[in-house]
Amino acid sequence: MDFVNAIILLLNYIFIPALTYGSQLALGAIFVTLIYGILRFANFATGDMMSFGTMMTILFTWYFQSLGVSLGVLPTALLAIPFGIIFMIFYMLIIDKFVFKYYRNQKSPPVQFAMVSIGVMFVTQAVVRIIIGPGDRRFFDGEKFIIKAREFKEMTGLNEGLALKSTQVITIFVTIVLVSLLFWFLNRTKTGKSMKAYSDNEDLALLSGIDPKKIVLVTWVIAGILATIGGALYGLDKSFKPFTYFNNMLPIFAAAIVGGIGNPFGAFLGGYVIAFSEILLTYAYKKFFMYILPESMEPSSLVQLLSTDYKFAVSFSILVIVLIYRPSGIFKGKVL
Amino acid sequence: MRKNLNVIAAYSIMMVLILMVGIFQSWNIALSIFNLCLISAVMTMGANIQWGYAGLINFGIMGYTALGGLAAVLISVDPVQEAWRAGGFDILMSLWLIVVMVLVIRFVLKRFEKSKIRTYSIAAIIISGILLIRFSAEPGIEAIEAVDPAKTGFLGGFGLPIIFSWIVGALFAGSLAFIVGKVALGLRADYLAIATLLISEIVIAIIKHEDWLTRGVKNVIGLKRPAPYEVDLQTTDWFIKLVEKFNSGKLSVIENLADRQAALNQLVIEGSSVFVKLCYSGLFLVVVIILLILTQKALYSPWGRMMRAIRDNEEAANAMGKNVVKQHLLIFILGSAIVGIAGAMLVTQDGLFTPGSYRPMRYTFLIWVMVIVGGSGNNFGAILGGFVVWFLWIEAAPISLFLINFFTAGIPETNALKAHLIESVPYFRFLLMGLGLLFIMRYRPKGILPEKIEIK
Repeated sequence: MDFVNAIILLLNYIFIPALTYGSQLALGAIFVTLIYGILRFANFATGDMMSFGTMMTILFTWYFQSLGVSLGVLPTALLAIPFGIIFMIFYMLIIDKFVFKYYRNQKSPPVQFAMVSIGVMFVTQAVVRIIIGPGDRRFFDGEKFIIKAREFKEMTGLNEGLALKSTQVITIFVTIVLVSLLFWFLNRTKTGKSMKAYSDNEDLALLSGIDPKKIVLVTWVIAGILATIGGALYGLDKSFKPFTYFNNMLPIFAAAIVGGIGNPFGAFLGGYVIAFSEILLTYAYKKFFMYILPESMEPSSLVQLLSTDYKFAVSFSILVIVLIYRPSGIFKGKVL
Repeated sequence: MRKNLNVIAAYSIMMVLILMVGIFQSWNIALSIFNLCLISAVMTMGANIQWGYAGLINFGIMGYTALGGLAAVLISVDPVQEAWRAGGFDILMSLWLIVVMVLVIRFVLKRFEKSKIRTYSIAAIIISGILLIRFSAEPGIEAIEAVDPAKTGFLGGFGLPIIFSWIVGALFAGSLAFIVGKVALGLRADYLAIATLLISEIVIAIIKHEDWLTRGVKNVIGLKRPAPYEVDLQTTDWFIKLVEKFNSGKLSVIENLADRQAALNQLVIEGSSVFVKLCYSGLFLVVVIILLILTQKALYSPWGRMMRAIRDNEEAANAMGKNVVKQHLLIFILGSAIVGIAGAMLVTQDGLFTPGSYRPMRYTFLIWVMVIVGGSGNNFGAILGGFVVWFLWIEAAPISLFLINFFTAGIPETNALKAHLIESVPYFRFLLMGLGLLFIMRYRPKGILPEKIEIK
């Protein structure tokens, strides 16, 4: 019986990783949900747009590193992110002008938009792979750990170590700041409120004098910020590979729909729902039970509900169940 | 005749392109492109039935393709007796448990009124059932996977000729489509797209990680072939004679007898692989033609008219007494079954099953590009789309290499930008596909060969 060790174990292997992963998904999911709520289509180019933003961030990181600029213990990428965002927004606006605008004016059905976004997905994938290549890239520098597992053990005298990576702290911190700013913007400013109105009822919003061009522009700007930061944080924490970013689109979609598509707060929570259920269901609890159960009752197997191979499948199953039983999502979607 | 002029013209251009590859690159490449074009054509016909006839969006093509491939493995591989002895009983018990679970759920659904308690009890049955199956199958699975893992480590199949798997693949894919259709077809179009995409990912995850059934990422290689083997052909008399006859002009120029023999050997080796590919082309062509006849008949039958009516105005069709839900399910199953055939054909041609290679980019989105580019609702268009897009997908690299060299001719080879561009030539195919899709959707939204309905 050793509750402290058991809790540290869960913190180290479940809670902190899931919180980090959930934050990364949440940013992507808000991106998806904004596009869906205001521009009214499921954007299949989500993952690749995020990889484009991350790529720009990496290029600027390299540039700063070559200049010798650094942030000391913090990764240089934090300095590069604003520049990445500018290029991301620029790219999105170009795409919007040459591709999506036409269909918006035509009032095309959402399915056609989705097909077009597949075209954008192919193009973006090509652009990213041509510029930076398909390989795995790490661009993290600075101090890697805030607390090292060994130091933690020495400090507290416990059996279990708690490792806290600086990327994890940065991810969670940045997500909280960014999301609070976003909700402040959506709920308190005039532009934010008009975006909500536009998402709620387009015709009524237009009648009351809201400028659709401005709404679309602001939406892409916010989307660019979210995509770049979400992608860069994921890349800092793990690594950057165009193919993983494409794959990440699927849990991001799952998060957005589980939270109720069109509902940013739902998407934010949906990210954590997906991340926690993925990790909780695939973690092997053997060690945990070894700590909390008396020795005679120790489990012989790994006590794992599903093998880690099914990590993605878990989130997809949750999504399918939600889609079937509650298509508007857990938090009632389609109201921004 | 004149009506079909654009169809004939489009197909002739396509054939000329493939022949040009044969003449300028090699006949081997041309035939492998042609074979994969035929397989892609089968896939696009499946997607076209769903999208073009009925307006159902299915982004799960990858899953059905993989199931077709799985059928090829399960039909053609010889059963692994030892694995069956080691864990067959456990696996059969688990299958039996699954059947019992489904029956219990059905019973609960029929017997009790819809209520919260019923929903929760069904959830409880499913969760406890999964846990029970997992723990009861565990020892069996471990035993099976321990049987000579480097070579087998799975149950094997039935040891039948692989050609049967084309039908079984259709059955597998059809049954999955039945389940997916039952749960997901009520969703709105874009939700349906996402749901089918994710379900296909689940299917791939299962195929990848259930090693006892599919060997997972260890791959199954050396599947039986419906066509002769190159090695056998190279030692067969009639085949050598045939090659000699075909190339008599070329061979007679060579004076030296030893040289002539060496040249003949070389030709036989090349010829044998061309011959095998031709055999496959013949088989695939038969499938494509049969499917084309059937789908054309269906398109112009009363049933086809009904499907178009449902597609164009669901409510009106419903009011006319057509059962929209049932017809949607039916067409979803039919289309997916055709995709399943294509999946089995693909594995048959490759002779190997690699679950790791099923990726949505190649097996879902590319097929959709084919359908949209070719012309949805028109079978000839869909097939043409399969041909054009696959041809470009393969030939994009040489074409873009040529273009890069052409435009940067003045720049020396050592230039960093040029070297980088040449290095990333393989990715230009994505660019080409994306731009192609965007341009077609913008300027010719009905595809190269648009749908045209004639009332006969």
